[in-house]
Amino acid sequence: MSEKTNISKDSSLIPPAGGGGVFPGKIHETPGGGIVLSKLDDIINWARSNSLWPLTFATSCCGIEMMATAGAKYDFSRFGFEVARATPRQADVIIIAGTIVNKMAPVLKRLYDQMADPKYVIAMGACAISGGPFFYNTYSVVKGADHIIPVDVYVAGCPPRPEALLHALITLQQKIKSGLTREQIKTPNP
Amino acid sequence: MIADELKIKISALLPSVTFEEGGEWLNINVEPTDWLPLAQQLRNDISLYFDYLFCLTCIDWKTHLTMVYHLSSTKFRHNIVIKSKLDRNNPEIETVSHIWRTADFHEREVYEMFGVNFLNHPDLRLLILPDGWEGKNPMRKDFEDPINMIRL
Repeated sequence: MSEKTNISKDSSLIPPAGGGGVFPGKIHETPGGGIVLSKLDDIINWARSNSLWPLTFATSCCGIEMMATAGAKYDFSRFGFEVARATPRQADVIIIAGTIVNKMAPVLKRLYDQMADPKYVIAMGACAISGGPFFYNTYSVVKGADHIIPVDVYVAGCPPRPEALLHALITLQQKIKSGLTREQIKTPNP
Repeated sequence: MIADELKIKISALLPSVTFEEGGEWLNINVEPTDWLPLAQQLRNDISLYFDYLFCLTCIDWKTHLTMVYHLSSTKFRHNIVIKSKLDRNNPEIETVSHIWRTADFHEREVYEMFGVNFLNHPDLRLLILPDGWEGKNPMRKDFEDPINMIRL
């Protein structure tokens, strides 16, 4: 980040790694306003993380908790997840809420392939993480959604409370701002 | 009707039934060959009026299979449970889907999960399992699947 020491008042608003919700950049006070200097990557990450539209993918009981998180009491639209899109073409993040069975696995893969880059995945609940209570002795459950698609954030719980899902969404936002999601590291900057 | 009156009535219809004690509702044991005429009479009798079959499943005791039917009456609000023991190597029983229409899907599920052959069923094929699962009856106790089922 190039420094322009115009005036000695350099209020640096670079948030700590992880983000505090502040716009990334350094403000230099000039007469008539200010100039903000930042990296384009940081601004793009900030913009992307604050407006992630989820895909409604609820297969099981975790879906009820996701609906509760979308409801009025624990609103996730105040964090930017404003519209929950029903079509993967218009969604950014897929929240896998529920059990993935062998019959559902090709459907999940197809939906993930239809989402446009950049896309992120949250595995919600024990069934999506590792098969959960169905890990032993079942003939039909996939033991974890990460056998099908790559996952960024795992939320533990059976089902996780709405506050836990909100914490996971905020963690995903911080992960995007710090540049460490699978999406961002798969094509490293030369 | 209370359980005792039902007992008398049903014994009059088919003397060879036996009763089990200790359940919430009246439990009846019936031979699989006698099941269809008894079912007809339970449906058509004016004072019994069992017009609602609300559960149809199978239980795998390791030595034999047991078919379980739960019947209820919307008019008189009495419930009974009918159990029928099937031979494990050749489980067959008459279908009741022409008496209670809901048995159509329930018997398909029992066929795919336990392998019970329902005689004269209009459309006996797999209900929920994907193609290729004919013959493998996942809900039997001796079903083995080394890939998916992890043994401790």
